[in-house]
Amino acid sequence: MTQTDTAITNPSSASREGPITTFLRATEIDARMLGMFGALLLIWVGFHVYGMVFNDNGAFLTYRNLWNLSVQTASIAVMATGMVLIIVTRHIDLSVGSVLGVTAMVTGAAQVWIFPKVLGLGLGHPMIWILAVLVALIVATAIGAFQGLLVAYLQIPSFIVTLGGMLVWRGAAWWVTRGETISPVDPNFALIGGGPYGAIGVTASWIVAVVVCVLIVASLATSRKQRKRFGFPRRPLWAEIFIAIVGSALVLGAAYVANNYPWPAGIVKQYAAAHNITIPPGGLFIGHGFAIPVLIAGAVLVIMTFIANRTRFGRYVFAIGGNPEAAELAGINTKRMTVMVFALMGTLVGISAIIASARLNSATADLGKIDELYVIAAAVIGGTSLAGGSGTIWGAMLGALVMQSLQSGMVLIGFESAMQQMVVGGVLVVAVWLDTVYRRRIR
Amino acid sequence: MNANIGIPHSGATPLVEMRDISIAFGGIKAVDHASVDLFPGEVVGLLGHNGAGKSTLIKILSGAYPRDAGQILINGEEAQIGNPRDAKAYGIETIYQTLALADNVDAAANLFLGRELLTGWGTLDDAAMEAEARKVMGRLNPNFRRFKEPVKALSGGQRQSVAIARAILFNARILIMDEPTAALGPHETAQVGELIKELKKDGIGIFLISHDIHDVFDLADRVAVMKNGQVVGYAKTTEVTKDEVLGMIILGKCPPTAIRGPGAID
Repeated sequence: MTQTDTAITNPSSASREGPITTFLRATEIDARMLGMFGALLLIWVGFHVYGMVFNDNGAFLTYRNLWNLSVQTASIAVMATGMVLIIVTRHIDLSVGSVLGVTAMVTGAAQVWIFPKVLGLGLGHPMIWILAVLVALIVATAIGAFQGLLVAYLQIPSFIVTLGGMLVWRGAAWWVTRGETISPVDPNFALIGGGPYGAIGVTASWIVAVVVCVLIVASLATSRKQRKRFGFPRRPLWAEIFIAIVGSALVLGAAYVANNYPWPAGIVKQYAAAHNITIPPGGLFIGHGFAIPVLIAGAVLVIMTFIANRTRFGRYVFAIGGNPEAAELAGINTKRMTVMVFALMGTLVGISAIIASARLNSATADLGKIDELYVIAAAVIGGTSLAGGSGTIWGAMLGALVMQSLQSGMVLIGFESAMQQMVVGGVLVVAVWLDTVYRRRIR
Repeated sequence: MNANIGIPHSGATPLVEMRDISIAFGGIKAVDHASVDLFPGEVVGLLGHNGAGKSTLIKILSGAYPRDAGQILINGEEAQIGNPRDAKAYGIETIYQTLALADNVDAAANLFLGRELLTGWGTLDDAAMEAEARKVMGRLNPNFRRFKEPVKALSGGQRQSVAIARAILFNARILIMDEPTAALGPHETAQVGELIKELKKDGIGIFLISHDIHDVFDLADRVAVMKNGQVVGYAKTTEVTKDEVLGMIILGKCPPTAIRGPGAID
């Protein structure tokens, strides 16, 4: 034991490396993470500069666009975190877009037709949105669990089960209302989708941001204390402080951006009239703050990361992905795990169905069409290996942000939609190729 | 088939007794009415060609395969072993030929796979698991230091020591080692031999499976030889020569000093 301890605390190997290597090793930032941030920055700046040069209007790096970007990313990002676990266990889920559609339709029908009429709740009754959320989560989780049962116990390949599911649930979405669009949804429910009223405002956003910063520092400190208690090697203190500062800066920066995107003048007028506020001659500035769907996505990020890294369930997901036979021999009930992973994917699709239908303020049978491809692409761009066994939750979320940034950027600079598809498809292929190169190099 | 095959301990209860075990895969009898037993502190070598059925027989004991027929007794009482979890509950630990490691997670995660240590909050106690892992690995392989890396980055010998560490970590009473030295160099093989002697002293019963008689002969107290799914015979290593055991393995011929099994010719 003593021999081990001295070898670990002795940093002699660091002196032989260059400063960059030392920095990366100490902070445990891997090249993939840097690459993702680099790509994102490149996309953001690239679109902005392109807009400035060719359209005389760099519209990308504006408070307004970045705020919209965050809202647009939320739905795909939430589902991508579940897709990571699906792909890690060597499965695939092609049905998420269709399940989103049918869930949104059932939820829409329930809140617009069933709850007000059958249960006699008045329009805008606070119970409506709560029940609607529950319905969405239950329906989507049940569908996910059902597909998981087929995969685990009937041993039908997940590709086939969910390919079938993609058609079946899309058809089911149409059947709910025979194709009729349900609109508008319950006004409280609609807040979950964002918009001026569906954001938490400036003060609350700063509070959320500060709380998150405190949590970042606290979690770094506890993990450091744990490692100290057992005498394990630790990151140098400056590296911990660096991570804390960068993390906090990102969170506070996001709050700053969200708070600086003002409500449109029309909404301000409406709000002022309703609250008896006189608008000063210069106009009244009311910032949006974080949108509710973005906060939901943030919560999903934290919870899913916790599940993946700190629970038995997460440990088993990765073990199964690494070696299904070994997991079975270690006494893990791999079939039950498969059902649970698909059920969890379903729950996340339910959350996305809520966000997507609330944001559109309507449920249509087409909602979520080809989302499955964006979700899978986000997970894969975020570093999830299709061979199974490796992937990260934050990577998938970042992957979703990269995809959405490309999409929004192309809309802003006026690319045709045909061109947008081709670019997104090409980027996916190139990203996976780069990932393969990266994996081969670190081996 | 007589119940007590083990000659040296007449009267004592065997730690493990597998009676008349059979299993077939699609009409092929992989194991055909085979019986073996094992006493505390004893090493029984299970020998045979590739495909003789030794790994299959032992996988029935470790719960990986369900048997078609036969009985398993642990300490003289019939045991219900339907899956690997059941086997572990009886103190049966297995080091598989393939090592059965999850390549993408680190050593500590593999050691505790399926039996993770949890904190008061019900979350994984990685620090405690790593501490235990450092302890047990320090005993098996003092130079091992790569606790943070996925096991696929480790050398063959290091992976083997992770697999062995997993088996001895949970106070096994019955240890099954399927070709434990197949991936090892001479030095590491000797280390495993030392470990087996040490475990023997603690009263652990060990099944040592190999197709190579040299690996087994010096370590085992008894051997059981299998051929075509049947047991050719049982012998104490002090009472037979290596050539006689080779005859059992290759020809299925049982020497006079050995106890005949159903698979013996003539």
